[in-house]
Parts: sequence; structure tokens; C-alpha cells
Amino acid sequence: MPETRQKLLVLYLRTPDLHASVVAWSEYDGTAPADERHTSGDAADSGGETTPPYDSVVDAMRDGWRVVQFPQQYPAYPGTEYQVSYLKYEYILEKMEVVDG
Amino acid sequence: MADRKHLLNSKQMARFVAEGYLRFDELVPDDLNQAVKEEMDNQTVPREKAGLPLSAIWPDAAVGRVFRLPEIEGIIHSLVGPDPLYDHHAVHTVAAGHHFGQHWHADAIIDTRQHFDIQFMYFAHDTPREMGGTLILPGSHYRRISESDIARYHNFVGQVPMVCKAGTLIVLHHGMWHCAQPNRTDEMRYMFKLRLNPTVRQLRLWNTDDIDDPEVSHILSTNQPWHGNEERIEHVNRIHFWRFLTGDDQFDNHYWLSRIENEPELV
Repeated sequence: MPETRQKLLVLYLRTPDLHASVVAWSEYDGTAPADERHTSGDAADSGGETTPPYDSVVDAMRDGWRVVQFPQQYPAYPGTEYQVSYLKYEYILEKMEVVDG
Repeated sequence: MADRKHLLNSKQMARFVAEGYLRFDELVPDDLNQAVKEEMDNQTVPREKAGLPLSAIWPDAAVGRVFRLPEIEGIIHSLVGPDPLYDHHAVHTVAAGHHFGQHWHADAIIDTRQHFDIQFMYFAHDTPREMGGTLILPGSHYRRISESDIARYHNFVGQVPMVCKAGTLIVLHHGMWHCAQPNRTDEMRYMFKLRLNPTVRQLRLWNTDDIDDPEVSHILSTNQPWHGNEERIEHVNRIHFWRFLTGDDQFDNHYWLSRIENEPELV
């Protein structure tokens, strides 16, 4: 039985529409070997790319990525209507890949 | 007291309000850059007590001479007034061959004030992309997050790496998102950071001769590609901040606040 592992792709969209363009993104690769630098304080894979890997969530789905989480949408809590904070339209996608056991 | 000719103008202030930072390329002369680099190499920049007047610290250090340059005094006066306080400084380093970035963060903690601190990032040596430098996210300064809350994010459309020549500074609103970048060269990379607090109400501290220039409105309307559907909410925050800075409670831009503040009571 081959071992499969998960890769995650997090896409942040311009609007909640899954065809909307990507404005930010992250990738977390569970198929890659452990890298001790990831656990050393505040190290991260920030800033390594300038172009999103896909144009939209649907574009990524066409390449085999499965959407595993949608952002919930809530009305603004009274008094916070004009506050900005995290990116609102965050979609988490996965691919399962076979790795050499 | 800063010389009036070195104060920021309204268009620069509008840029600070819209993007959260201003950039000044090769402002510090080379001899001073080299002297500061030596102080950082030798770790001789004294750590001062938080809350001291900026004017009282680093009387003899080269880095003190940097922040007493007339041009930089003008920037400081325009943003935080004539007698700011030293909050802290840091000599940030990325070792040669350190191939990992730092997670995105904002400094300090969640901060809900309109009053604002500034942070200088000073690059005393040439910083090509393979050396980093600090990566910043224009337009992130109104986002209410606490330090590393944003560490899940890796890349944004519109992020800006500080690639610059020696003597370049940027000055940031305290809320700006940023992170260090890998250093793929064989030399240590430095970035000198200095945070300052205001001691006066931040009201028309810059040269306001051009306050009515139409370009101010255009700059305040600058969109960032990563803002997406929140562009208009960002505009509202900028209008509130411009009102705070100018003392003009009626200021509006493209009618965004006039519309939602219209609550007639006439019967």
C-alpha cells in the first residue's frame, strides 16, 4: 500500500467568487522532508514568489487541487464595519501525493 | 527644530496615509553609512532607555548623526513632531547564506490608535535582491492584527522587497506588515530599525502649502492589488486618518463618507 501525504495550497481571493483572482497565497508541502529551519523561531517561506501559482480557485481545481475549506461569511459585528484585519476570502485546497515509503 | 525646507509636503503625507510608508533613496552620505556599518559590525550602538527624548540619545555615535541629518529631522518632525521619544532600536541581521525568510508580522501588539508611531528602516550598505532585504506590504498599516497573527501568509500580489543602494531609508507607520528575506550572498545583511513616539498631537506638522493640490486626492485613492473587495473600506480608513492629521472633520474623498454620514432629521 503506497503511502500518501498531503500538500496544502491556501489561496486568498479578490472576492468570495471561486473564479475571482488570487491576491495572496501560501503553500505547505507535507511530502517534503522535514527541514529543521521551519521549527527555528520565526523562519518562513515568505516572499519567495511574485506570481500566484493559479489565477483562481477554479483554475487550481482544474489542476487537481481539492477544496477542503471555504471561508465562512458573517456580517460585521456592530462597530467593526470599517475595520480591516485578516484576508477575508481564504480557500484551503489539498492534493494527496504518493511518496516513497 | 527642523528646517521648513526639509519638511514633507502634503502629497508625501497623502502617500504615507495611503501606503503606510515613504522611501528616501541614498539620503545618507557614504562616509556616514560606512561609519554606521562599522558600529553595527562591532556591536557598539548603545541600547538606550525607552521613553528618552530622541535628542538625548547617541550624542557620539555615527548612527546618532544619521538621525540628526537635516533631511531626516524634517521627516521626523512632519510625522511625529519636534520632540519625539526613542522607543527602541534594533540592528537586524540576516547571516550570509541564510536561505530562509522570516514570517510576516507587524511589530509590537495590536494598536487601535489614530495617533501613530513611526519606524525607520535604514540600509547602510547596498542591498540587492539576493541579499533580501526587508519585504514590506504597502497598504497594510490599518489592518488590526497582533504581531505574528499573519504568519500563515507567504506571498501577496504587490509585496515590495527593499532592494536599494546604501544610505536608503524607509519610514513606516507602526502597523506596517513586513518580514526579513533570505540572504543568498556571502556577506552579513544589516537593517537598522528605529521606532519613535510622538509627544505632540500629530496635527498639520508638515509643510501644508500644497494641501489643496488635486494630486492629494488621487494619491489617497491609490489601490493596492491585494486589497481586493476591501478597497473601499481602506479608502474610508484613509479619509478618517486624513481628517485626524489635518483637523478637518469635513474632509472627504470621492464622497465616500459624505454619503454614509448623511442622516437628515428635517421633517
